[in-house]
Amino acid sequence: MAQVFRPSANTIAKASIFFLMVLTIAGLCGLDLIHRSPYVRYTHRPKEQPVPFSHKHHVNMGIDCRYCHTTVEESASANIPSTRICMNCHSTIWKDSPMLEPVRESWQTGKSLEWNRVHDLPDFVYFNHSIHINKGIGCVTCHGPVDEMPLVHREKPLFMKWCLECHKAPEKFIRPQEEVFNMDYKEPKNQLELGRKLVKEYHVQNENNRLTDCWICHR
Amino acid sequence: MICLVSGSLLLFGNGCELRKRMYDQPKYEPLEQSDFFGDARSARALVEGTVPRGHLNEDMHLYEGKINGAFADTVPFPITKEVLKRGQNRYNIYCAVCHDRAGYGNGMIVQRGFKRPSSYHIDRLRKEKPGYLYDVINRGFGSMPSYSHQLNPEDRWAVVAYIRALQLSQSATLEDVPKQEREKLLTEKQ
Repeated sequence: MAQVFRPSANTIAKASIFFLMVLTIAGLCGLDLIHRSPYVRYTHRPKEQPVPFSHKHHVNMGIDCRYCHTTVEESASANIPSTRICMNCHSTIWKDSPMLEPVRESWQTGKSLEWNRVHDLPDFVYFNHSIHINKGIGCVTCHGPVDEMPLVHREKPLFMKWCLECHKAPEKFIRPQEEVFNMDYKEPKNQLELGRKLVKEYHVQNENNRLTDCWICHR
Repeated sequence: MICLVSGSLLLFGNGCELRKRMYDQPKYEPLEQSDFFGDARSARALVEGTVPRGHLNEDMHLYEGKINGAFADTVPFPITKEVLKRGQNRYNIYCAVCHDRAGYGNGMIVQRGFKRPSSYHIDRLRKEKPGYLYDVINRGFGSMPSYSHQLNPEDRWAVVAYIRALQLSQSATLEDVPKQEREKLLTEKQ
């Protein structure tokens, strides 16, 4: 009986093992790249909203973040403003604009506007806005330059790695409390020096309470 | 081989499903949409007439700005520097958009077409009692809506105190400046 495999089959078999390995690794790397891609993380893409609300326009008119996000200083959630807050001004200004029709309809019928969340953390992450605000982390640090976004998008990928960048070294990002809501704040040249001082002053962490402990975010 | 592939696929699929369920657990985040309630709100409004424990707001002075039915002529707590600072901070967020930072009523929203409010520096408003100013914040006045949902009672009073400070600041004379500061002010002017 003739041989089924020629001697060259040995080489092919060896090579195919090698290629299979390369292919598997490449495949896994590819999957990881897709997972990290801006497309999957939904960064830099504005989400569709019932009303094309422009943060840029409203912030540049001098309206403070807290005018609408009323609970950001004392609560875990920053609060999505109620229709009532929109109507504080829009009962008079742009009151016939077709763009604002959903707002007026919500005001008249009492039905909530259904805004789509831009920053949605997984449910196994505990996040509290107020502690960050009160310990000198600026809005811009996580949300990016919202004052330049006509339609707001997610600026950061919200990876755990990204959270830890700051939790490992808060002195790199912390700012004086009175600058937290300042959109134009530029970190000073002596940021590290100032940061270390502020971390101490605001009691950001101590030996029993480190920001990198698991329970800080997973509780 | 087939077993191995289908096994790993099953594990992968199962893993994805478990991961999804951990990402979105059967609990509501604040203001999350609900499939259960007819109006789709997970944040439920209180049944009308409900008084949450500790929220029986009996103190008419603190909560309504009134004493025996008339506007109070005092602030219900001592005005310290902290209270004024808090008032300034809240004023600049919630009031300055229309009333402007000095209280003349020429804020950005007014410049964009909102009805111009009275300046705080007219005679009538200088003479009004603090309780009246509180009442305007609490219940609104004319085109101005109530700010009771954006300012809590203590903050409303802090804003009242700050408005009083603004009123003083705009009609102050050199005699109102402490002696040791006076010279500094005069040299700065030159």
